[in-house]
Amino acid sequence: MRNKFLVGLYSDEDKMIDGVRKMRENHLEVYDVVSPFAVHGLDDALGLNESRLHITGFIYGATGLTIALTFMSWVFTSDWPLNFGGKPHFSFPAFVPILFEFTVLSASIGMTLTFLLRSGLYPGRIREKLDERTTDDKFAVVFRIYKRTTSEEISKMKELLQSSGAEEIKERDLKRHY
Amino acid sequence: MHAESAVRAPLIYGNKTYHQITEDICRPIESKPTRLYLITITFTALLMTWGLFMIGWTVWFGIGTWGLNRTVDWGWDITNFVWWIGIGHAGTLISAILLLFRQKWRMAINRAAEAMTIFAVICAGLFPIFHMGRVWLIFFNLPYPNSRGPLWPNFNSPLLWDVFAISTYFTVSLLFWYTGLIPDIATVRDRAKKKFTKWIYGILSFGWTGSAKHWQRHEALSLVLAGISTPLVLSVHTIVSFDFATSVIPGWHTTIFPPYFVAGAIFSGFAMVLTLMLVARKVMNLQQYITLEHIESMNKIIVLTGSIVGSAYITELFVAWYSGNIYEQYAFANRALGPYWWAYWGMMTCNVISPQLFWVRPLRRSVWFTFFMSIIINCGMWFERFVIIVTSIHRDFIPSSWSYYSPTYVEISIFAGTVGLFLTAFMLFAKTMPVIAMAETKHILRISGDAQKKAAAAHSHSHEDLPGSIQVH
Repeated sequence: MRNKFLVGLYSDEDKMIDGVRKMRENHLEVYDVVSPFAVHGLDDALGLNESRLHITGFIYGATGLTIALTFMSWVFTSDWPLNFGGKPHFSFPAFVPILFEFTVLSASIGMTLTFLLRSGLYPGRIREKLDERTTDDKFAVVFRIYKRTTSEEISKMKELLQSSGAEEIKERDLKRHY
Repeated sequence: MHAESAVRAPLIYGNKTYHQITEDICRPIESKPTRLYLITITFTALLMTWGLFMIGWTVWFGIGTWGLNRTVDWGWDITNFVWWIGIGHAGTLISAILLLFRQKWRMAINRAAEAMTIFAVICAGLFPIFHMGRVWLIFFNLPYPNSRGPLWPNFNSPLLWDVFAISTYFTVSLLFWYTGLIPDIATVRDRAKKKFTKWIYGILSFGWTGSAKHWQRHEALSLVLAGISTPLVLSVHTIVSFDFATSVIPGWHTTIFPPYFVAGAIFSGFAMVLTLMLVARKVMNLQQYITLEHIESMNKIIVLTGSIVGSAYITELFVAWYSGNIYEQYAFANRALGPYWWAYWGMMTCNVISPQLFWVRPLRRSVWFTFFMSIIINCGMWFERFVIIVTSIHRDFIPSSWSYYSPTYVEISIFAGTVGLFLTAFMLFAKTMPVIAMAETKHILRISGDAQKKAAAAHSHSHEDLPGSIQVH
């Protein structure tokens, strides 16, 4: 199955955002925007939900904290209680540095892996490109053309891309999803 | 988009466009290495190889090849370890703390400073690892169900805290640095002409496209990583200072150590960033991105942290006297007037007196003076660690075991080798990766670029002379 996309390239991110808003007001489904940097206000214009990545970060951190605390307590109170100069076996203050470090470690490794997995990023992943300049200075507004997409819709997409300041409009036919 | 006052000096000069930024930052990667580059990297690589050979020598013949003795069992090794870890503090501080404080000037230097952090932590890690002597037993540090009992490592020991702190710091810095690099590597990939370059940057870029949802997650990840790296970076040198502060040695056993070590780490880290970036900026033609504003801002942080370090030295002296403890008093008198007086006064001159010169604005904005000072501070901070470690232990509680320590050529070579390793790694990084965070620089162009600032100033109908109009050199 082929994946058809209609791509409009902009040089100005403000025009692009205004365009995206207008397209969505006209009930067109903007599939994606591909940009060289994170454009502020774009999430809102595209109507993207807030990322839940930070929630996963909290969960990973809390898990790490629990594992570290349980493990150290188990080692020093039940598995192999050692007497360090008569200090209590469960010496919580002395556990704090490792608890903190392990929490941070778990949260950051977990979050980074989640980010890579959810975004389908891994070493050696090759994706076909919509346009090589989108990592340089061009902002691409992308429509996906399905079988059900009517030709009126396509012409409306093109018209709105043009009127909002897209400098180049092209159709891309990719073997796989980009 | 946030508008920014025209009073604030621009952070990017030269009427840049997005495309121009890509061109400027990718040029060093795409052009052939110069003769100067090849000569320098050959020299640093040889230095590194010599250091690695001497590490091998140490492993083969044992720690007896070092100048350590029964009294002074921590010498150059731990001095260098703490020195390198301190240098490794600037990167994460710049990227994490300055991100939370919304300091836009961090954008020009964060990527290189983070790379520096990673290389510095690698150099630091070598010292305690090889100081263990029987390095093949290093896994004894790890808590794993083993055949020794099961006997676990002592989780109450600051030395084990250090193992956790340094490895966590290294891992988190690496993740932060690399996830930030991914979009910029994708830019290099898309510009690459040769098949091989395209392939290799293709692998390294993880298939980044720049899709809106990916950017959104990327931003969320950066923000949370910055948020948790901030206490992390402060915790690392705090825990390093616990190695000393929790032991009952006069000169070490003080509660001021954690903040004093952290301030010193930032102080030396910024000095090293300046040393490298002042050279890189000149060689790679990045003066329009790393401007005098950036240098001045870093020098202001140097004044702040240098003053904290200076106050800490003086507080230590005061508390030693005020404690009424003769051993504590002797430890400090011996530091200043004993056989290692030269290290103490070297430290005092480099760290307490010299950073105060940065209160003078023209000195803060002088590239040559800053470069000179950055070297002085690096020397001063090395002396500080040497003073803390060696002067505190070389005269212990029994005068019959007092001794004097000086390093052998093996220790000196290993230290020189880590400098070689650090510089080689940094130069390879500078030639293969974008040294300035391109995507982030593009992000602030419309806020902090000079053309945009001028347009905003013209628009504000104000005919007053704005105090922020400074020329770039």
